[in-house]
Amino acid sequence: MFVLSGYEYLLGFLLICSLVPILALTAAKLVRPSRRGPERRTTYESGMEPIGGAWIQFNIRYYMFALVFVIFDVETVFLYPWAVTFNQLGLLAFIEALIFIAILVVGLVYAWRKGALEWS
Amino acid sequence: MNSGIDLQGTFIESLMDLGLPLGAAKAIWMPLPMLLMIIGATVGVLVTVWLERKISAAAQQRIGPEFIGPLGVLAPVADGLKLIFKEDVIPAKSDPWLFTLGPVIVVIPVFLSYLIVPFGQNLIVSNVGMGVFLWIALSSVTPIGLLMSGYASNNKYSLLGGLRAAAQSISYEIPLALAVLAIAMMSNSLSTVDIVDQQSGYGILGWNIWRQPIGFLIFWIAALAECERLPFDLPEAEEELVAGYQTEYSGMKFALFYLGSYINLVLSALLVAILYLGGWEFPIPLDAIAGWLNVSPTNPVFQVVTASLGITMTLLKAYFLVFTAILLRWTVPRVRIDQLLDLGWKFLLPISLVNLLLTAALKISFPAFFGG
Repeated sequence: MFVLSGYEYLLGFLLICSLVPILALTAAKLVRPSRRGPERRTTYESGMEPIGGAWIQFNIRYYMFALVFVIFDVETVFLYPWAVTFNQLGLLAFIEALIFIAILVVGLVYAWRKGALEWS
Repeated sequence: MNSGIDLQGTFIESLMDLGLPLGAAKAIWMPLPMLLMIIGATVGVLVTVWLERKISAAAQQRIGPEFIGPLGVLAPVADGLKLIFKEDVIPAKSDPWLFTLGPVIVVIPVFLSYLIVPFGQNLIVSNVGMGVFLWIALSSVTPIGLLMSGYASNNKYSLLGGLRAAAQSISYEIPLALAVLAIAMMSNSLSTVDIVDQQSGYGILGWNIWRQPIGFLIFWIAALAECERLPFDLPEAEEELVAGYQTEYSGMKFALFYLGSYINLVLSALLVAILYLGGWEFPIPLDAIAGWLNVSPTNPVFQVVTASLGITMTLLKAYFLVFTAILLRWTVPRVRIDQLLDLGWKFLLPISLVNLLLTAALKISFPAFFGG
C-alpha cells in the first residue's frame, strides 16, 4: 500500500479551514460598528488604572515541566512505531521497550525526588 | 466484512459518465466532504451550546433558554449573531497582529482535526495512515495560539491565563498520547477506520472499553483537561483571572475562541467514541442482523440504512460523552493548579505507562484477544 495516500485532502482541508476564521472576521468587519476613544482601548484591570504592563521579566515557574515534557514527548514519538508494528516484533521488542521505559521512569523518579514536579 | 456505502466512488463514476476526466471529477468531489464536515461541526457546536445551557439549567433547577425557537434551540444562533455585530476592541497597549492571530491559530487546527473523524467505513474526509497521531500533533498547536493571545493582550490576567493553558496542555498531552498508543498497539494501525474495524464483529462486547478500561479513563480525563472543561478550567478561572487569555477579546475574535473550545469538546467526545466505544458500530453486529433477515450486505437499501445508523450511533455515543462532561461541570469543583499538575504528572503519567506495558504483555500472552 502507498503509505502517503490521502494527504492531498489534508492540504485541501487546511485551506478550507483557514477560510473559516478569515471569512468570520471579514464578515464581522463589514457589519460591526466602530467607535473610537482612548478610554475604551485601555487595558482591563478590574476597573483600576492599569499599574505597569504585562511585558516584563518574570519567573516562568513551569519551565521544569516543559523540560520533563520534552523528554516524555520524544519518548512517546519513539514508542509509536514500536506499538504499531508490535505484532511483528514479538517478545524481544517487548523487553527492549521495557528497558527503554525503565530508563525514562528512573528519570521521572529523579525529577520527582528533585522537586521538579512541585508547583512552587 | 462489507465495505459499506461508497459515496466518493459513486459520485466520481457518475461524473465520469457525463464525460468529465477522472482528475476533474476528483477535484469536484474533494471540497464536498470537507464543507459538509465544517458545517456539521458548526451545527454540532450550536447543539452542544444549547445542551450545555439546558442541562446546566436542569442541574440548577432552572428552565434555561426557552423563548427563541421551540425549547430555546435557536438561542446559540442568536448568540452568534450578536457576536458578529459586536464591536472589535483592540487594547491600545497590545500587539494587534498577534492579538488577531491568536484566535485564528486556536481555531484552525481544531477544525483540521475533523479530517480523521470517521462516521462509517467510507464516510470520512480522508483515511490518512497517521490517523490519531495527526490529531495529537494538531492538538499541540492550539496552546501556541492561547499563549500568543495571552501575551499579545498585554494584560496580567491574560498572560497568567495563557501560561496556565500552556502548562496544562503539555501536562496532559503525554497521558493522552500514551493512552492512544495502547489502542494503536491493539489495532496495529493509527488509522481511525482500522481502529474501529478492529472493534467490529462482536457488537458491544468487542468494543475497546472492555479491553482498555484504564486507558478509557485516562483518555477522557486528559481530553477534558485539554479542552479546559470545568474541573480543569484553570486558564479561564473566572473568580481569579476574570476570563484568562480571553479577557481582552470581544466580538468575533471571542466567538472564535468560544467556537474552538466547543468544537474541541465535541471532537474529543467523537474520538473517545471512535477509540473506545466502537465508533459507528451498532451494539448488535449488523451483519448478523442482515443474516437473520436474509438481506444481502450489498443490498443498496441495507447499505443506506447501515450508513445512517452508523452516523447516528457515532453521534449518540459522542453526545452521551458530552452529556457526562456537562454534568461533571456541575458536580466536581475546580482543582487547584498544583493538584492539576500532580494529577497529570504523578498519577496519570505513571498509570498510562503501566497501562501501555500491560497492554503489550497481554498482547504477547493472548494475541487473539488483543488484535493479533
